[in-house]
Amino acid sequence: MATRYFGERIKRNEDPRLLTGQGLYVDDVDLPNMLHAAFVRSPYAHAKINSIDVSQALQREGVAAIYTANDLGDYWKPGPLLVSPPPVKDIVFNEKTQVPLAKDKVKFAGEPIVMVLAESRYIAEDALADIRIDYEPLEAVVDLEKAIQPDSTLIHEEIGSNIAAHVVQTKGDYDAAKKDAALVIKRRFSYEHGCAAAIENRGIVAEWDSRAGRLTVWDTTQAPVVIRNGLANMLGLSERQVRVIAPFIGGGFGPKIMMFYQEEVLVPWVAMKLNRPVKWIEDRAENFVATTHERGQIHDAEIALDKDGRILGVHDVFLHDTGAYAPYGLTVALNSQANVLGLYDIQNYYSEFTAVFTNKTIVTPYRGAGRQHGVFVIERLLDLAAKELKIDRAEIRRRNFIQPDQFPYNNEIIYQDFAPLVYDSGNYEPLLDETLERIGYHKFVNETQPKLRAEGKHVGIGIVAYVEGTGIGPYEGAKVQVMSSGRVSVVTGVGTQGQGHFTSFAQIVAEQLSVDVNMIDVVTGDTDQFYWGAGTFASRGAVVAGNAINEAAKVVRKKILKLASEHFNAPEDELELADGMVKVQDLPRMSISLGELAGKANPMRGAVKPGTEPGLEATSYFGPERGATASGIHAMIVEVNPETLQIHIQKYLVVHDCGKVINPLILDGQIHGGVAQGIGNAFYERLAYDENGQLLNGTFMDYHLPTSLDVPRIETGHGVTLSPLNPMGVKGAGEAGAIPVGPLFAQALEDALHDVDFEILEIPLNSNRLWELVSGK
Amino acid sequence: MKPAPFEYHVPDSLEQALALLKEHGGDAKLLAGGQSLVPAMNFRVVQPGVLIDLNRVSELAYVRQDGENLRIGAMTRERTLEIDPLVAKQSPLLEEAMPHVAHPQIRNRGTLGGSLANADPAAELPVIMLALGARLKARNVSGERWMEAHDFFSGMFTTALAPDEILVEIELPPDLPHTGWSFMEVAPRAGDYALMGVAAQVTLDENGRCRQARLVYLNAGDGPVDAKEAAKILGGEMPNDDVIEAMAELVSRKEINPFGNIHASSDFQRHLAGVLTRKALKQAIERAGEDGLQ
Repeated sequence: MATRYFGERIKRNEDPRLLTGQGLYVDDVDLPNMLHAAFVRSPYAHAKINSIDVSQALQREGVAAIYTANDLGDYWKPGPLLVSPPPVKDIVFNEKTQVPLAKDKVKFAGEPIVMVLAESRYIAEDALADIRIDYEPLEAVVDLEKAIQPDSTLIHEEIGSNIAAHVVQTKGDYDAAKKDAALVIKRRFSYEHGCAAAIENRGIVAEWDSRAGRLTVWDTTQAPVVIRNGLANMLGLSERQVRVIAPFIGGGFGPKIMMFYQEEVLVPWVAMKLNRPVKWIEDRAENFVATTHERGQIHDAEIALDKDGRILGVHDVFLHDTGAYAPYGLTVALNSQANVLGLYDIQNYYSEFTAVFTNKTIVTPYRGAGRQHGVFVIERLLDLAAKELKIDRAEIRRRNFIQPDQFPYNNEIIYQDFAPLVYDSGNYEPLLDETLERIGYHKFVNETQPKLRAEGKHVGIGIVAYVEGTGIGPYEGAKVQVMSSGRVSVVTGVGTQGQGHFTSFAQIVAEQLSVDVNMIDVVTGDTDQFYWGAGTFASRGAVVAGNAINEAAKVVRKKILKLASEHFNAPEDELELADGMVKVQDLPRMSISLGELAGKANPMRGAVKPGTEPGLEATSYFGPERGATASGIHAMIVEVNPETLQIHIQKYLVVHDCGKVINPLILDGQIHGGVAQGIGNAFYERLAYDENGQLLNGTFMDYHLPTSLDVPRIETGHGVTLSPLNPMGVKGAGEAGAIPVGPLFAQALEDALHDVDFEILEIPLNSNRLWELVSGK
Repeated sequence: MKPAPFEYHVPDSLEQALALLKEHGGDAKLLAGGQSLVPAMNFRVVQPGVLIDLNRVSELAYVRQDGENLRIGAMTRERTLEIDPLVAKQSPLLEEAMPHVAHPQIRNRGTLGGSLANADPAAELPVIMLALGARLKARNVSGERWMEAHDFFSGMFTTALAPDEILVEIELPPDLPHTGWSFMEVAPRAGDYALMGVAAQVTLDENGRCRQARLVYLNAGDGPVDAKEAAKILGGEMPNDDVIEAMAELVSRKEINPFGNIHASSDFQRHLAGVLTRKALKQAIERAGEDGLQ
């Protein structure tokens, strides 16, 4: 039997390159005669611009050009709406997308107003200080509830309110279900997310080759194909004239999806205009205000249950902060709406949300993409219900799980992919059982914890559950090609930002072709290498691109066997592929390497016959009909210092089901990284805005990411229910680690501080906030 | 995040540095470890016309025993303070505080003189200097003068240094017999600016009564805050829980003046000051007693 590659814990192909500094990042692109861009950004969250004077800046030596909105001519227009509103009855949707440079009015602090091009970034930044702008500050719209009052200051006056969208979705009849309830619990929850804080900020380098009529753009985007198409359209070029390269990227997490950020549309334009290469690398101070966030929601939620803790229905009305513009439509809020349903059999659901414009940085998906907010609501409601009904918190969840025979399970409401929210597969009880067993839940609750409490220690446990809709359409494609060297080339259109695609994609091909993983070269994110695709988001790389690669590899395998069969004059079923060779069974001397065979597939004499193609290559596409639903349980044991309210996580466990696993090592890494970001969201990170819409903590000194000392060792377990929606049976795992950490902290910290009567109804926390909550402040 | 243009000088000796400082005066900034100044320059919050880099003035980097005092050159790296056996011997309080000063990478570059001259109210080293009763020596081209740590820190990021003066040396006196110490702080993450922190030195007499006590707090006002009134309560007393409680109350309610910030309200800071005062005093008293006391 041939060596197995799929499902193996294989070390990453890309690591030797990355660890020895050989990877190309956007900032490594250094072209002759290159100009550097810097931007004047608004110091105000909301202000009229009366005048801009750039005359003095133009005098500075080394300054090549300066542009304001008025200098952009027809190129000045709002960016594309990336995700249109979903087909929901009576939806209100007011489209407002960002403009390349603010004209007349600024709508968030950090919004770009003037672009300076100079011989170095230093000179460009010096010139920023020479530019005089006369602002007339306006009242900033910061608070969500105040923003929707009729007398609120307006951000986009033409809409007549600050409402970006209003959506109502229902399943069953909540009001009717509530009548039979033994218990109804209602609370207000607030949940803030944060900024992705990727290790690499955004960056873009553009070069216009006027002789060839070709524009090359290096961009830290998660979706190079989409950016290529959009830029070609905006710049009046054909798609074949534009090459977008998303090289190695130091983390995406959502904000780098396909934003057509202001800088992203301006830098290529100005490179053409000045006929010089232009570079802009975002610095961290810019990143905090200019790269999209994911922020807060306020939920007024209600749950109705019978006396045994079975959920009769859920009612939820929430406000969603979308920032000054909403280029990504309603994805985040729709995810929140869907995730309130969790992995529970909820027959009656009423959900209503209002997306609200505020004078703050734009909100778009960041790892979890609104799922966190929804999971927090349902998990907290269940905790409160369990307490009230005196049912164990694991048990109340178990009683409400969707059962294995209920799949596909239809939640009826429309999901972010515009299809009804249907869970394809899942089996939740075994995940819960494994979690309880491995964290030692019953022993901890019944023996360990009482002992610790008697010693005056405050140690709590938490158990929460979640589903993650992953791997949505539309499609991805891939080309697999055996090279004459015997190496195998795999190209696909998605971008990669550290997920290990160079290894996991190689494993898929290795499995089909029986070629060693390190003989497979994966190229992602170069639109000249692969023309079609959508991008890396919604935990879809492995599912959608992965299956396309698998399909292409299968075709190549068939071609290999057909050609080898002709070559050896042996039937295909007597051939076997192993170690990069095709062999005739039982005839050891009858073998040929794939490289040699690839040469024979491209004959220099004789014709390619009708119905055949040269080469051992194939291109395939895959588009799932809808997303695959992953699921999991997180558990944690945490100690709290009751005096300082500092925490110490003693144990953290994730038991997760993302279908068939391609590489458990990479999967563990995905989960670990997600949990780290989840812990940051739950207890460390907070975007602190003041009443004027100023971000008060736009540095890593004050925006606290959890460090290696704060993130514990994370144990993982994997259940496997295959997704029926794709041939490999895989589901996405990119966001799994990050999603349920907020409610986990809330539950475990309440448990740890059992001697205080208080409820945690908000995220993020920190020692200060926890102290306020326990001391009733 | 690129600094505004500046003129850069790298003197090899203190004499040259002093001459440059005299020449450029208020337009110049001294670059020591650069762990606060360089980020501030990159944010353009600070835009000195002239930067005088002291990193080649090797005569300012030393730790030297001089009789019963320890002399530390202003350009001595924080990491040296952390690991130098002379420091550990002379002042266990300083040694204990050092791991709390930012991160190892920062301590490798940051200097004692740089931290003191920066006078950040949330920094550990100014607090330690007050607690130890250190003396600081400043030089200009025409001479030198000594200052008590108390007189050196004059407010938020300000010191008694004149524009033409360089802080050159710090003198640490020995601890009296039967002196116990404690440094404690509460920070959101290891290495962060602390929400609250305290340095305690307690000296007992032969009978176990308190002869002298010092409690100095960081991030509790516009500079290191010396809680003299609280320390007085302990003077002449046999330390016990009631006295400690009274001190903690006095400190947290009256003697400190924390401003609060996005990480901690002033109420929480006061609460933490109380918690830390109790713990640090107990530890310092216990350590004082370990020193051969009956």
